[in-house]
Amino acid sequence: MTIADFTFYVFSIVVLTAGLFTVVSRNPVHSVLWLILAFLSAAGLFVLLGAEFVAMLLIIVYVGAVAVLFLFVVMMLDVDFAELKAEMARYMPLALLIGVVLLMEMGLAYGTWVTAEGVTVAESMGAIATPEVHNTAALGQLIYDDYIILFQLAGLILLVAMIGAIVLTLRHRTWIKRQDILAQMYRDPAKAMEVKDVKPGQGL
Amino acid sequence: MVGLEHYLAVAAALFVIGIFGIFLNRKNVIILLMSLELILLSVNINFVAFSAFLGDLTGQIFTLFVLTVAAAEAAIGLAILVCFFRNRGTIDVEDVNVMKG
Repeated sequence: MTIADFTFYVFSIVVLTAGLFTVVSRNPVHSVLWLILAFLSAAGLFVLLGAEFVAMLLIIVYVGAVAVLFLFVVMMLDVDFAELKAEMARYMPLALLIGVVLLMEMGLAYGTWVTAEGVTVAESMGAIATPEVHNTAALGQLIYDDYIILFQLAGLILLVAMIGAIVLTLRHRTWIKRQDILAQMYRDPAKAMEVKDVKPGQGL
Repeated sequence: MVGLEHYLAVAAALFVIGIFGIFLNRKNVIILLMSLELILLSVNINFVAFSAFLGDLTGQIFTLFVLTVAAAEAAIGLAILVCFFRNRGTIDVEDVNVMKG
């Protein structure tokens, strides 16, 4: 067993364990931390496969953005998670049944899967990077050349998601006093102040 | 030697774990969203494994787009969750019956 094989087994065991603990953990904060571990290990698997750019992207996007988003929401919402978790045991048999059935189906599918003899990879646009061309450079040539429209559409999806998230969570709190600059500018000193003649010995 | 089948097996197991999590946490939308992320991660592992073993970079590019959609989905999902929590004071999915759907 070479070092690469050993690394593969370590990473895959860690990714599966972390995934399992993500879904069974009692505390949602722990769930998010297990999720981060799963993504880090998956990034390790990607590096093993020679996809360094996607691996680093996974770390930046998931660990840096999505996981932090989850953490924010978990800590911001004041939810009684113990109550939600109390009924977890009720769903356990069904969940286990479905999981085992799915796993068996996939095992059967993989077990009977054979590749026909003499099959070669079709010449497509995205030939793998040669040793001279770095993975990132090859990906960049593909993205900005052949897949430029899809790339722009992905940016559009992110823009829509950003606008949607802001619109959904923005609320105008009317009971909070805010500075109204126009009202300040149009304020008339003559109307803002009133001089009263107070007689001695009397109040207003 | 680690072959394509090993990566596919890991991805399949991760996929099943994600489905398992969806059925296990029927009430907790946050963990539901995390299970969805796990499922998308398993799909990504499949894409990258095939890309590496077939010698075709297109799979990695598709991974990029899956990543984009997953990030957008997480952001929108959590925004809906925050909105729902403000209105109802709970994140129980079974309370989502205002529209009687």
